Amino acid sequence: MKRRIGMLLGLAALAMLPISAAAQGGDVLIKNATVMTASRGTLENTDILIRGGKISRIGKNLPAGSARVIDATGKYVTPGIIDAHSHTMMSAVNEGTLSVTSMTRIRDVLNPTDVAIYRGLAGGVTAALLLHGSANSIGGQSSTVKLKYGRPVEDFLVAGAPEGIKFAMGENPKRSNFVIPGQQPRYPRTRMGVLEVIRDAFVRARDYKRSWDDFRAGKTRVPPRRDMELEPIVEILEGKRLVHAHGYRSDEQLNLLRLAEEFGFKIGTLQHGLEAFKFAPEIAKHGAGVSIFIDSWSYKLEGYDATPYNAYMLWKAGVNVSINSDSNERMRRLNLDAAKTMKYGGVPEQDALKMITLNPAIQLGIGSRTGSIDQNKDADIVIWSDHPFSPYAHAEITMIDGEVFFDRKADIERRGLLAKEREELEKLDLNKAPGSGGAAPRIPAERIRGDLGHSEDSDHDDQR
Amino acid sequence: MRFFRALFAGAIAAAFLASGVASQSDASQQNRTGRAGTFAIVNAKIVPITGPVIENGTVVIRDGKIAAVGANVAVPSGAERIDGRGLSVYPGMIDAATGLGLAEITGGANATMDIAETGSMNANAKAITAVNPHTSHVNVTRVNGVTTVHSAPTGDTIAGQSTVINLNGSTQAEMSVVPEFGLVINFPRVTTFGGFQPGVGPITLDFNEAVRRRDTQIEELKKMMADAEAYAKAKEASAKDSSIRPPATDLRLEAMVPYIRGERPILLAVERERDIRAAVKFLADNKLKGIIVGGQEAWMAADDLKKHNVPVIFTNIYSLPVRPDDPYDFLFEGPAQLQRAGVKFAVATGDGGAEVRDLPYHAGLAGAYGLPKEEALKAVTIYPAEILGIANRLGSVEVGKDANIVVTDGDILDPRTNIKYLFIGGRLLPLTSRHTDLFDSFKDRGASERRQ
Repeated sequence: MKRRIGMLLGLAALAMLPISAAAQGGDVLIKNATVMTASRGTLENTDILIRGGKISRIGKNLPAGSARVIDATGKYVTPGIIDAHSHTMMSAVNEGTLSVTSMTRIRDVLNPTDVAIYRGLAGGVTAALLLHGSANSIGGQSSTVKLKYGRPVEDFLVAGAPEGIKFAMGENPKRSNFVIPGQQPRYPRTRMGVLEVIRDAFVRARDYKRSWDDFRAGKTRVPPRRDMELEPIVEILEGKRLVHAHGYRSDEQLNLLRLAEEFGFKIGTLQHGLEAFKFAPEIAKHGAGVSIFIDSWSYKLEGYDATPYNAYMLWKAGVNVSINSDSNERMRRLNLDAAKTMKYGGVPEQDALKMITLNPAIQLGIGSRTGSIDQNKDADIVIWSDHPFSPYAHAEITMIDGEVFFDRKADIERRGLLAKEREELEKLDLNKAPGSGGAAPRIPAERIRGDLGHSEDSDHDDQR
Repeated sequence: MRFFRALFAGAIAAAFLASGVASQSDASQQNRTGRAGTFAIVNAKIVPITGPVIENGTVVIRDGKIAAVGANVAVPSGAERIDGRGLSVYPGMIDAATGLGLAEITGGANATMDIAETGSMNANAKAITAVNPHTSHVNVTRVNGVTTVHSAPTGDTIAGQSTVINLNGSTQAEMSVVPEFGLVINFPRVTTFGGFQPGVGPITLDFNEAVRRRDTQIEELKKMMADAEAYAKAKEASAKDSSIRPPATDLRLEAMVPYIRGERPILLAVERERDIRAAVKFLADNKLKGIIVGGQEAWMAADDLKKHNVPVIFTNIYSLPVRPDDPYDFLFEGPAQLQRAGVKFAVATGDGGAEVRDLPYHAGLAGAYGLPKEEALKAVTIYPAEILGIANRLGSVEVGKDANIVVTDGDILDPRTNIKYLFIGGRLLPLTSRHTDLFDSFKDRGASERRQ
């Protein structure tokens, strides 16, 4: 059984690997595209020269030289989509036993073979913020990755990206919907308690930092004992680690901004923020980003006072807004989510595009290297069959650092080979059906939508 | 719009006093049922669905019906004129698989959930008796152009009877299009998932045990059907011969009779090819009328489906492929494959209610992966109307049909498109919802702060 699974997984991995050697590395010239830069408007009939993984030149009629030419006549080019709230390629999401698990790291549970990565690439996603779940007030340390499917896990991590950490407020950290009869409830159980857990952690971290400062200044002679829980929180106080705070209700999210101001740091992003529109001016003044669903709502009580005009109102107030997925499924169609901001309130086209490209890049602290089509930025680029906000558009090519990680044409061409290989594998004794000598088939573990009853299903029940 | 607010301001205040603010319903949006009249949408592009597009024409709405459609149609005297220049007229979209009205807040608010009855044989559970006419999902959905939905319970083996409703009305009767449409059967399938055990987590069954359980469930289902048939025969015999005592009334069996006799359809929730073939065989063997709901791999069983005339309501555009080695676009392509194979189909959200408004984008995505645009449009209008048996009333812009009409400023399947006018049953509805209310309440908060 194990061997069979291994073979099938091998097959899957083969299916998704970029096969064409020509697609790898080297200079590339994308010719004659409609380029939506996300920073300087839309450029018609424009070429992009990619050299050494960077956008080297943008202009008309650029000479190809030795570069491989991709004819993009009639196609649209955008920066790669960046999903600022994802749990893809994570083999664990929540360490929920304690209310503060800042010592845990998403970096330690990354699975670079998760097929969801490839499906995200096929939807034009090139980078993501991988967050710990929201089971506790202070969760684990996040990872910022580029979706370099087929590569070793080290290649996914974006070098130099600021460190991050997950916070959470409201229903999830107080475990409102996760009561197991007979089990001792975990503190906190109210919004009062959630805020105090966070305050307590910062008070302890401040004391801890002082003990180290004193030691380093020679005021004390014995080094303090290292505390893996408090070290990441000290980094927040020092402005070295971004807080990405899950929350819904405006009152509690505002309380967190005030707490941060009291301790002298700035919140990186408010995540979800379904009620962020209720205190947009305060968010703008604090300087936090907000990363939202465009229009998901009504899936829990604290997600009921929602409106899809949220993005528009935040944008209008001058807040940096990104549209995220929090879902391996939704990740594949963020372009259409961005398009909706044009309808709900009337966000201009480029600002709508920014909400899935440059804005999340800025929120993740990687805005100087990716998120727009600008000279010297990383060549994280999507070529679309049509305007990316058209319902009929699909991604044709997705590149990261100038390398092709998704190519629809090549993907389709490979399917015949795969079908043949599958057929051969199925003939093996090992893979015979039960009843004709084979073992019981493996039932896919991933819960997916499909039945009429799926509304109670979700691939992120415990996170959003 | 303003007119409606003034009119119902008193009712709003009363509702808040009565129920408190934290209500599952949406007091401020309740009873906005629009106004009747004679309307003429002039100089508009008309997309009738069942006929060629009229680039510049007129649609007349009178007495709740579409009274005239065409390029050279006279505007009746006294009709309210709506300038349709630059706008397009579509039939209201129909979502053929939802739980709308039965599932307000899906997580952590069980009091708002009426979608899954307990017990495994619930033929007498009727969605029309639990649909909440005042759920905020109604307004939120219709202002995006979806005017009619098929709402169904989810439950166990026999989940109950579904209903087809218009998204307007202050009572269930006012919303009702087909009060009792189909009997939902979650067709038993082999699954090694054996439920959750508190403190332990999911239980995995032995494969043979899983097969045994499936077989037991099918036997129970067949027995229930045989009992219902026997019950019906006993009642008929008693009706003919008064010396035969009628059977004691059994609401569950009684509810099944029109379905086991093939008078009304069975809705079979199935996804895998193997299960779909088994479900179609089940329908054929028992001479039942049936519809597949879900249908991830339905196109693979196209021969069986076509042979037995079983349509498919495809609900998986927003689903992930099940197997790691499925092509990434396996489910995006589902509708295109069904269309190519000649299977009767509709595209539906399969959503509990809150996100039924995304119906046009499900169809649009199918359009991005091989389904021709015209077919994508039909898949959320005339095709679901045909499958739901309401094509004589809804699903296209044709004279004599109910006036469920949406006027847009662009392609109705495009997420950038705005709805400009909305009619259900010929009533012009305000384009407001819980979501526009929240927008209106907060959009100027920053501005007023700045003024101070």
